[in-house]
Amino acid sequence: MLNFRLLLVFLSVLVLALFAASLLIGPAGLGVGTSLRALLAGQGEAAVLVMREIRLPRALLGLMLGASLGLSGAAMQGYLRNPLAEPGLIGVSSSAALGAVIALQSGLAAAVALALPLMALAGAVLSVLLLLALAGARGASLTLILAGIAISAFAGALTSLVLNLSPNPYAAAEIVFWMLGSLSDRSFTHVWLALPFMALGWALLAPLGRGLDALTLGEDAAAALGIRLSRLRLALVLGTASCVGAGVAVAGAVGFVGLVVPHLLRPAVGARPGRLLPASALGGAAMLLAADIATRLIAPERDLKLGVVTALVGAPLFLHLIYKTRKDGVW
Amino acid sequence: MSVFARASRRLAGPGAALGLWLGAVLSATAAPERVVSLNLCTDQLAMLLAAPGQLVSVSFLSRNPMISAMSDRAQGYRVNHGRAEEVFLMRPDLVLAGSYTARPAVRMLRRLGVKVVEFPPERSFTDIRAHLLRMGRLLGQREKAARMVAEFDARLADLRVTRGPRPSVALYGPNGYTTGAGTLADDILDAAGFANIAARAGVPGGGTLPLERLVMLRPDLVVTGARYPGASQAEALLDHPALTALRANLPAAPDTGPEWACGTPHVLDAVAEMRAARDALEAGK
Repeated sequence: MLNFRLLLVFLSVLVLALFAASLLIGPAGLGVGTSLRALLAGQGEAAVLVMREIRLPRALLGLMLGASLGLSGAAMQGYLRNPLAEPGLIGVSSSAALGAVIALQSGLAAAVALALPLMALAGAVLSVLLLLALAGARGASLTLILAGIAISAFAGALTSLVLNLSPNPYAAAEIVFWMLGSLSDRSFTHVWLALPFMALGWALLAPLGRGLDALTLGEDAAAALGIRLSRLRLALVLGTASCVGAGVAVAGAVGFVGLVVPHLLRPAVGARPGRLLPASALGGAAMLLAADIATRLIAPERDLKLGVVTALVGAPLFLHLIYKTRKDGVW
Repeated sequence: MSVFARASRRLAGPGAALGLWLGAVLSATAAPERVVSLNLCTDQLAMLLAAPGQLVSVSFLSRNPMISAMSDRAQGYRVNHGRAEEVFLMRPDLVLAGSYTARPAVRMLRRLGVKVVEFPPERSFTDIRAHLLRMGRLLGQREKAARMVAEFDARLADLRVTRGPRPSVALYGPNGYTTGAGTLADDILDAAGFANIAARAGVPGGGTLPLERLVMLRPDLVVTGARYPGASQAEALLDHPALTALRANLPAAPDTGPEWACGTPHVLDAVAEMRAARDALEAGK
């Protein structure tokens, strides 16, 4: 128990440090003193705008999005008892992106403020339901990944179609944004759009720890322990969809965070899915903030996409996981 | 000549082949009679200078009032979409293209023996004069072109701000794109009495300027473009609260309209508009 608390404290400190770094690094090249005076005391008109309206929302979104992705990855993997279940890999993110793009291009998002996150959420819910129907509650690896690939490809194709048909000449270039995600030039508008839905997702997923722990013993044992599986599943579907839908609506589909973070932290929490939830939320926030800082440092003028960085870390790990799962004879 | 080209000629019939041959011979000596333009900017130069009936078709882009300063005039012409097949069937004796326009179509038309002349994008007022004169030569309208250049110079001299303070201005487009030295936009701003902030930001030619840096540079005026229908993240940047806050303290600025897109005498309308904005800015100080 002590070790687990220590882990959470360590991860929290890491998140705070990265959050501060995210606030202090940017193309304007402000000094630390200037930045802090502008952010906290409101000194320096232009610097205040930079700190409070550009960097603060970006850092906050990084934190929120990372925590949401880490948490929903850990929850899905706990429920399906499969380390490959990750919102980006199994098509939830791309379905949410489709919902978001339809909301934006149909003009719905401009007419009704909440239409953007709601449509993304609807896309995410549909894909999770479809996945559960296809792969079954147990989520055998092969069916799960195959169903995910199919949903991903289909949603991605429809997203491209909608953007290609847009009367706006810039829209088609944004296929990349929806596939890979980015936090550049996000504002508090995006924070306020995403926060209520993410908070709802956190509230639904965080209490699932006990149920997921019990589920490691099998569904019958979990039911005998008083876990209501249908309620667990409903909370999982809605919670994941809220987290992922809200995140994708404002930042595009950032992949692999929900895969890498639970994988790295699982040994540290003694492979207990319940403990993995808070640890993964913090770890996800740390990974996303670090990745976003990396996009600013590696190619500051090129608007490097967030998903590129997370995939560079995540895809090799994904291959490693597949190799390991095959060796263990799970397929 | 390739096999394909010969086959096409046979398919097009002896009449068309004869017409093509005649066109090829005559174009060296007399003015072309069937001119097709594939590029938004050559469209406008040609519409300004061609004799009635000489210009057969312009690109479909020229009818779009968002980007074409002569969208009304373009309604009177057949439009093309820069595809080799449709252009070839118009039996042109001269095709005008931009140096980046419809590359496959340009190559194909040349293989089929059609004369294609390319115009690079205009990067300065000097380019405008040169292109007007060149288009005049190509279309056999030398006097008209020379007259147009003289009118352009007279009106420019009339509009140009030569003394007084030069407030700073930032051109800020979708994706944070800005244009600096060596561009037509820079010449427009310079003539209107502005100092382009891209020079201070170290953006040569065109490039993106992060919103943070724009805010820190504190320009006296921020000029953006008109919005397209539909939605895009690229344009959503222009609604960023930081940019809105920056612009809230600055006077309203005109949008960069279609006059900014091409090097034609229409850029003087942009100069006039920007000069009015500059005079209002100075009066308000």
